[in-house]
Amino acid sequence: MSTAPLVPEHELPDTHYLNATYGSGRSIRAWLLTTDHKRIALLYLASVTVFFFIGGIFATMIRIHLLTPGGALVSPETYNKLFTMHGVAMIFFFLIPSIPAILGNFLIPIMIGAKDLAFPKINLLSWYIYLIGGCFVLYSFGTGGLDTGWTFYTPLSSIYSNSAVTPAVIGIFINGFSSILTGLNFIVTIHTMRAPGMTWFRLPLFVWAHYATSLVMILGTPVVAITLLLAGLERMFHLGFFNPSMGGDPILFQHLFWFYSHPAVYIMILPAMGVVSEIIPTFARKPIFGYSFIAASSIAIAVIGFFVWAHHMFVTGESTYAALAFSFLSYLVAIPSAIKVFNWTATLYKGSISWDPPMIYALGFIGLFTIGGLTGLSLACLGLDIHVHDTYFVVAHFHYIMVGGAVMGYVGGLHFWWPKITGRLYPKALSRFAAIVLFIGFNLTFFPQFILGYLGMPRRYHSYPPEFQVLNVLSTAGASILAVGYLLPMLYLFWSMRYGKVAGPNPWPATGLEWKTDSPPPTENFHVTPVVDWEPYDYRNRPDLGLAAGGPLAPAHGDD
Amino acid sequence: MHRTGELYGQFQTLEQQKESSTLGMWIFLVTEVLFFGGMFLTYTINRHQYFTAFGIGSNTLDIKLGTINTGVLILSSLTMAMAVWSAQVGKKGLVTGFLIATLALGTVFLGIKVVEYKQKFDHHLIPGHGFDVWYQVDNTKPETEMGKKLLDDEREELHKATLTDPDIQSHAQLYFSLYFAMTGLHALHMIVGAGLLIWLIKLSMRGRFTPQYNTPVEIVGLYWHFVDIVWIYLFPLLYLIDRHR
Repeated sequence: MSTAPLVPEHELPDTHYLNATYGSGRSIRAWLLTTDHKRIALLYLASVTVFFFIGGIFATMIRIHLLTPGGALVSPETYNKLFTMHGVAMIFFFLIPSIPAILGNFLIPIMIGAKDLAFPKINLLSWYIYLIGGCFVLYSFGTGGLDTGWTFYTPLSSIYSNSAVTPAVIGIFINGFSSILTGLNFIVTIHTMRAPGMTWFRLPLFVWAHYATSLVMILGTPVVAITLLLAGLERMFHLGFFNPSMGGDPILFQHLFWFYSHPAVYIMILPAMGVVSEIIPTFARKPIFGYSFIAASSIAIAVIGFFVWAHHMFVTGESTYAALAFSFLSYLVAIPSAIKVFNWTATLYKGSISWDPPMIYALGFIGLFTIGGLTGLSLACLGLDIHVHDTYFVVAHFHYIMVGGAVMGYVGGLHFWWPKITGRLYPKALSRFAAIVLFIGFNLTFFPQFILGYLGMPRRYHSYPPEFQVLNVLSTAGASILAVGYLLPMLYLFWSMRYGKVAGPNPWPATGLEWKTDSPPPTENFHVTPVVDWEPYDYRNRPDLGLAAGGPLAPAHGDD
Repeated sequence: MHRTGELYGQFQTLEQQKESSTLGMWIFLVTEVLFFGGMFLTYTINRHQYFTAFGIGSNTLDIKLGTINTGVLILSSLTMAMAVWSAQVGKKGLVTGFLIATLALGTVFLGIKVVEYKQKFDHHLIPGHGFDVWYQVDNTKPETEMGKKLLDDEREELHKATLTDPDIQSHAQLYFSLYFAMTGLHALHMIVGAGLLIWLIKLSMRGRFTPQYNTPVEIVGLYWHFVDIVWIYLFPLLYLIDRHR
């Protein structure tokens, strides 16, 4: 920037949550026994990243294998294990905890002006439960892996599979309680820990999104826990709940499984929507358009999301009338989702947009989520679903939601709050470049899969007819670009923790309470309990942000 | 977070702390309802489909022990409620006494459950290769005329049931799969509850519970009552179906 910096150079606060002494000092022990929600968030960040890498390695092997029609890398049996372990690692151990347990954990207490979550010890416990569950799953991966698909359909998982299903089921069962406890902690915290003046309709939309997410976590997770427990007991002790040869019903397993696992998609996407709802007004320098509609649509998605599960089962021979009802209800989810997209776009309209890295991720999210959402509508349509069921069309659709949506939101959120978490900024030009690489790599990987699926390539097959090779090679090429898009932020974010420019309390600037405290925040989050007397995202009436009223807006403080 | 007296550092007031803990326990109980709900759904669907087999299974259960256990649990809910009340009015000695009584009744329940489980092993009613609904009828030697008549009646019932449902051996295993899963998970919750009671008894003996601070007793009470209510559903669903004959 040619202009002189409007904000003076900053210094890190002397004591903050990263260097404060907790009883026994700065040792490893002070980290492993911490009850500070900010430190626990970082513990989650480290462990979730490990699982992201593990899942990523499996994804890489899948894409390399599919370079040639006959399969380039592994045996058919191993291929079955690769996509199963990719799904298990990514869904249960990366996507579900990613935004809630890292960003939500770090930010919710600060955003509502509290010193910590309501139950700090339970928060730490939930991280240990996650680790124990993770160890069981890693044990399963290490002792031959499992080949049932991440959905664990019976009777394959309970009787026929010869792979290490039992430890994986136990691991996911245990991990479920981590998710339940996190959701419980968030709901109680949002109800009882808000600072004076922080009314429900002054809550940041990120908090509303996490409230909705937590509802899904506490209502859905116990059902998948009992379902996997029953399937596991069936495998271990020859019980018969889902075993057709004893009169049990395998379709019942699918109903119970999807009763959680469809809403689980909203556990992944709702927090990402919350992140985007924070980023968009910040870099459009405008109050968010339709605050109450965005807040209510989060709750609506969580509620309606519980009544659509059987759209995963249109080809199981379920009653046509049930299928019609579930198809209709699935269409209904599109309404609150579209409300969000329209409100974000309306916020951008006539905004003073700055192209900071988090904004590029947020805009990427809106585009990719829209594609993922619209193709979801195609899949909710009974006739079309029977045509493309279990093809790469479905694979592409849910990767647009989960990777294009949830992971874009997660990485964007990390970029947005990184200065708050570490107190330092990352190189802006490089991170803009990484965001664009990510966007291009993602589309190149998954758009060809829509075409492949529409042409009839089934998912979960280790080989394919030669005429599909071009599109598969494109997809693999895209995956390698995508990998660069993930590795770059990992490198420069890590680098910035030590060498990045000091950010100051509010580098963007943004309106939330979290930007009113130090970066990194002190252990108690605020030196004095804040009193909230302003409306959310109120850029017009916040002289403290240093934005010029009416005229061109001040550039964000940065290093370019 | 530092603690000053009973107030944990993240809270501003004792009321806020109590409100949070109570809300937290209620939410946990909601998750428990859904946890057990999955099994109750599996039960409902299977019982609807295989009613004859479920009736046969239910008739093998020892209704006397089941009834005694139901009484024991209801009584333990009463003593738990009395413990909460004693804590609220500040009768420290009574709190300890009622908590110990609750723990004792819980232990009695678990003991009786062990006896019942052992019977099922003896009678070859464990799902798997050794399962046989006929075992009991074929291997009991009646000593009295009355016993012989009961056994003949039972044989007659089994014959009738086999005519309605030729695959009764499989379907009865479904009943026992559910019996063990549901009562087993319930018993696991009782064991957790007993652990919580031991913790409360320790605190109570140190005189920690006062009219101002008794949230732990109250929320463990909520949990204990919930586990009792689960049994109030399990008892009729497992023990009391098709008992009219």
